[in-house]
Amino acid sequence: MKCPEQLIDYMHEYLDDEITEEHEKILREHLQSCTDCQEYFRELNKAIALVQSTSHIHAPDDFTSKVMAGLPKEKKRTGVQRWFRSHPLLTAASLFLALMAGSILTTWNEDHQFSVSKQPNLIVENDTVIVPEGEVVKGDVVVRNGKVKIEGEVQGNVTVINGEKYMASAGNVTGEITEVNEVFEWIWYHIKKTVKNTANLFDHDEKEQSFQ
Amino acid sequence: METIVKHRIKQVIKGDQNAYGEIVEVYKDKVFQLCYRMLGNRHEAEDIAQEAFIRAYININSFNQNLKFSTWLYRIATNLCIDRIRKKKPDYFLDAEVPGTEGLTMYSQVPSETPLPEDEVESLELQDTIQKEISKLPDKYRSVIVLKYIEELSLNEISEILDLPLGTVKTRIHRGREALRQQLRHV
Ligand SMILES: [Zn+2]
Repeated sequence: MKCPEQLIDYMHEYLDDEITEEHEKILREHLQSCTDCQEYFRELNKAIALVQSTSHIHAPDDFTSKVMAGLPKEKKRTGVQRWFRSHPLLTAASLFLALMAGSILTTWNEDHQFSVSKQPNLIVENDTVIVPEGEVVKGDVVVRNGKVKIEGEVQGNVTVINGEKYMASAGNVTGEITEVNEVFEWIWYHIKKTVKNTANLFDHDEKEQSFQ
Repeated sequence: METIVKHRIKQVIKGDQNAYGEIVEVYKDKVFQLCYRMLGNRHEAEDIAQEAFIRAYININSFNQNLKFSTWLYRIATNLCIDRIRKKKPDYFLDAEVPGTEGLTMYSQVPSETPLPEDEVESLELQDTIQKEISKLPDKYRSVIVLKYIEELSLNEISEILDLPLGTVKTRIHRGREALRQQLRHV
């Protein structure tokens, strides 16, 4: 081929979509008169077309599952912590159910008798607990399977489980009054308690682990 | 697509391994194809493509989130392919000629389970020929040709993927095209 060498450069510029108008004009004019260069240009285009004609192939069906199986295992701590952070209540609930439900439900079933927290100035008549008028009861009062009559003052929370509560007009409770009448409410009451405890437990855990 | 992928990447960085599965789904065919055209062998391509995704996962913290994830992923895959090509032992090739059967390759002697229609056989043979010719290119030309003509990426993206100046990419594409012109002119 006795053609100027730049012509091949122009062909590549053309194929890269980067040819100037001037070069394109020179290339076109030359191709009209030179069969060698025509053939050369045809061969280049043919090679590209053949490479582009190779059919698109797909990854095997189990590709993604194989990749996922090959990933390094998540660090346990990160996994547990993330799960705990995004589902604090569920975490507590499942911990509670797994570890404690058995024993508490047993208590629930067996312990259908009357019980009350021990404070010296509480009066107990049959299944009724009385906070006497003019008396101040310090600390939380918990009554199970019985009634509570509040005529005096309770400096703390009052919890009535499967029972009833009578509040006299003079009665006063500084904390929260909670009535639990169903077994599920009873469980729920414990779950909420467990949430607070697990939250503390996990915070504590994390601090300890960060020193490792 | 890049927006969803970016969101998934943030989840992965936070430690959500499952979010990575969706990223793999998005890019698996492109990465597998890139590896297949680079290596010319499905089994090796699967191997390297999986390795590329696993490496990307392990190094996700070093991924610059302002860039396209695909660019970074293709870079990992291309580098792994080039490593594999360079380490490849040349003692056994499926398409090596078997003595006494000139023109027949071991590949064509592998019996296929169901007979294919003639034009499909022809098309498959042509595909094999083209792949064989691509595989003959030196790896530095092969990678630019595959990225440009099979993955259909721009010269700028190729330059980012290969971490090469644009001028070098152009020169390699020109040489790659020249080589293919000579190899494929009589096909
Ligand atoms: Zn000419």
